[in-house]
Amino acid sequence: MDAALAFKRWLFRLRGPETAPIVLTQRRVFVLPTRPGLLYAASLGVMLLGAINYNLSLGYALIFLLTGLGIVAILHTFRNLVQMEISPGRAEPVFAGETAHFRLTLFNRRSDGRYALALRLGENRMVTTDVPERAPATVQLPLATACRGWLRPGRITLETRYPLGLVRAWSYVEPDMRCLVYPAPEPNAPPLPLAGAGESGGLRSGRGTEDFSGLRGHQPADPPRHIAWKAVVRQGGIGPLLTKQFAGASAALLWLDWNDLPPTFGTEARLSRLTRWLIDAQSEGLVFGLRIPGKDIPPAQGERHFQSCLEVLALHGEEGA
Amino acid sequence: MAKKARKKDEGAPLTRSHELWLIACAALTLAPHAVHAPLWLSLATGGMLAWRGLIWWRRRQLPPRWLLALLVLAGSVAVLATYRHFFGKDPGVALLILFLALKLMESRGVRDALAALFLCYFLLLTHFLYTQSIEVAGVTIAALVVITATLAGLAHAGRPASANLRLSSLMLVQALPFMLVLFLLFPRVQGPLWGLPMDAYSGLTGLSDTMSPGSISELSLSGAIAFRVKFEGKPPPHNMLYWRGPVLRHFDGRNWRPGRQTVSTELPYAAKGPDIAYAVTLEPHNKAWLFALEMPALLPPDAVISSDYQLLSRTLVRARLRYELRSHPGLVPGTEESTETLKASLQLPAGINPRARALAAEWRRQLGDDEAVIRQMLGHFRREFFVYTLTPPPLGKNGIDEFLFETRRGFCEHYAAAFVFMMRAAGIPARVVTGYQGGEQNPVDGYFIVRQSDAHAWAEVWLANKGWVRIDPTAAIAPSRIEAGLAAAVPEGEPVPFLVRSDLSWLRELRFRWEAMNNSWNQWVLGYNPQRQRELLSRLGMREPDWQSMTAALAVLSGLLMLALTAWALRRRIRLDPALRAWNRLSCKMAGIGLARYAWEGPADYARRVAEARPELAMEMERVAALYISLRYDRRKSRRDGLMDGKNEDGKLLQEMNQMIAGLKIHAAR
Repeated sequence: MDAALAFKRWLFRLRGPETAPIVLTQRRVFVLPTRPGLLYAASLGVMLLGAINYNLSLGYALIFLLTGLGIVAILHTFRNLVQMEISPGRAEPVFAGETAHFRLTLFNRRSDGRYALALRLGENRMVTTDVPERAPATVQLPLATACRGWLRPGRITLETRYPLGLVRAWSYVEPDMRCLVYPAPEPNAPPLPLAGAGESGGLRSGRGTEDFSGLRGHQPADPPRHIAWKAVVRQGGIGPLLTKQFAGASAALLWLDWNDLPPTFGTEARLSRLTRWLIDAQSEGLVFGLRIPGKDIPPAQGERHFQSCLEVLALHGEEGA
Repeated sequence: MAKKARKKDEGAPLTRSHELWLIACAALTLAPHAVHAPLWLSLATGGMLAWRGLIWWRRRQLPPRWLLALLVLAGSVAVLATYRHFFGKDPGVALLILFLALKLMESRGVRDALAALFLCYFLLLTHFLYTQSIEVAGVTIAALVVITATLAGLAHAGRPASANLRLSSLMLVQALPFMLVLFLLFPRVQGPLWGLPMDAYSGLTGLSDTMSPGSISELSLSGAIAFRVKFEGKPPPHNMLYWRGPVLRHFDGRNWRPGRQTVSTELPYAAKGPDIAYAVTLEPHNKAWLFALEMPALLPPDAVISSDYQLLSRTLVRARLRYELRSHPGLVPGTEESTETLKASLQLPAGINPRARALAAEWRRQLGDDEAVIRQMLGHFRREFFVYTLTPPPLGKNGIDEFLFETRRGFCEHYAAAFVFMMRAAGIPARVVTGYQGGEQNPVDGYFIVRQSDAHAWAEVWLANKGWVRIDPTAAIAPSRIEAGLAAAVPEGEPVPFLVRSDLSWLRELRFRWEAMNNSWNQWVLGYNPQRQRELLSRLGMREPDWQSMTAALAVLSGLLMLALTAWALRRRIRLDPALRAWNRLSCKMAGIGLARYAWEGPADYARRVAEARPELAMEMERVAALYISLRYDRRKSRRDGLMDGKNEDGKLLQEMNQMIAGLKIHAAR
């Protein structure tokens, strides 16, 4: 079993994550006939018997031409994949339970296109793409997430059956890329602990939802009711989504503290609750700080602050966090 | 649940363009079969293709499965009714044709389409069971291109038709060298591998082994080629070209049949006199006859000679056959003929043709001498206004009498039959010889072409001290038939085969070229059999061309071809843009201080990031990035404006960029 595994590792060059860009050299591209390919070969065999039996000289010619076509198809399929460059792109952070999208850039240095390339992450759905000549193509590989922390996509299978579908050429790559998965926000969490929470504790003087202060790019965590639908319509529905921002007269200060949570809560439950509160506080435009064991983030405001708080929650307890 | 499983089996659904391609493939594959398939099958197949086209056009549903099952059943019954059985070439092909047409009716997914396309490939092969002409090869190649393009379309739905056709043509062209190597070197086996069905060789035209009034004139309407001859040296004159076929001795009042004969592997006469050397390429005719110029001086391999001096192959000629021969045109054999044969050559059915018998008996009495009787008979044909025609009137029970005394119109078989009848009635041993007379030389390649329209019948009489002397009564009526060929001999307006007509000279010229091409095709492509393979390989220097050495050569050559094709596949046509190379060099240099460029980072962003981290490099970075941007993205603008020659401008910018990168002084972090 171990020997088989070692053989597989050697054959398919499985050596753990590689740094970009990965070039699919000929040693890394494998070719085997598909089921239709085997059927094709079998029918050529039957045809050959017929040609011999009836002494059909042109029959021989036809069969040999089709044999040549099969061989040429192997090389065309191989060529469709070989020498492609693959660079990992960014993977936007997601909340656990959402689907992460790993972006890969496929670069074709040849002056003719590559077609019908299929990429697959593990046992997930195939994503098919074409790579035009001398140009990059970007694909997003979906991967379902379950746990917080760094998510590595693992081995990606690239395969193609183009042009005739008779053979399949494939290669494995494991680009060095990862996606940050935030903890899943707790559903039906109690509202933000505004009153009496934190030493500065004061209630905000305004709800902050009346005074429209501007627009910013939509973030996945923004509440839908803050999306500037009118602006979307004005742009004909083709522009990016925008989120309305509101200024409270003086943003309230809020501490989200690990230790204020009920003692019955486990680690993940606490992280989940804090994530929900972070989202709520961000969408209401509050000034908030985060306090968890071993980490203290002073109160601040804005997208960057929000992201770094989430990152701290996502990586809590992990090495190198 | 079952439905779901089936859906998964079918693969991805077909697009509308896929469907159209499939219909085109089937039409192109099936069209040439209309030439030989029974009419009902052609109509049914055409109807189904039209139906499928209509469904496509109107975007209708495909017919339900029970209807298709019914059609399969009906088709099978019709095939059975036509051929009486399922086993054999014709019913097998008919069933395959039906299946392909019906497969289109139920092709919903890619998997069905693949099955239909493989069936198309298979059906292309079956064309060659009927004809292997250049035209059919051309149609096959066109069909191959379209079928392969359809396969490519199935693998990728989004590409335009022209791209698929170009790709499939490219792939087929790349497959050609493999075909050539395999064709030449694949160890050939002479078929058949198993018993052929009875109908394998139906539909071959040619001489028959019986002769009755009208049988040869019917054959004369066919312009099909019987055999081709290449003479070594100067070809003999037209009136010496008697190609001997079956000899007919037994007459039953209407039909002439061959008599009993023995065969031998040695010539039954002494070869003497000047000889002519030539090679015959015989079209398959499903008989054992090997046509030879009278009289053959040797036997080809695997051949015997009958006591009637006819060359026979040991097996039926079912593939084109080439043999080399020598003949003595002046030889008269048979001075010592057996009495049994002579007696058989006097046989006449009793009680018919009384007037001919009476006339022969009268001549015999008056003239006495055999040769005088013969002269009298030939003179009679000349004097009595006999007409040589392809359309003689039908004859009744006393056919010879009617012909000689009433109608006086006939083709060569009438004259030969009447002549032999009269000779026998006068007591001279005589027999009918059938075969071909003449031939036409193709000036393009020098081959003589002998057609079915050159089929002929003549007579042989046995004269003591001389042997079997050839007498051609047709020469007495229509000497030009023997001197120049059929077209010159029959009256104007008779239905001579189009290709034999002499009045359209430009057409003849065209035909000669076409037939010369056909001949090379036959000699080198279709006639490439195990024997030719050995000959060719020996001539190419292979000492012992057995299957092992052929396989070895095949492996080596295929390997070389594979290597060449792999080199093509791995060739990288693009070199990196020099500006990009310089830009990458910069990134490598910056990597030393941990500021390598990210793959997704644009030049301006990168320059800004480096400038933030290392302010002392800010100016240089900004300039290099600007140079890079203008080199990579700004090129067209500078050319369009015509400020400067684009190339020179680029060269200067590139030079500056390279110098700046080389001059960058990078210190480790402070």
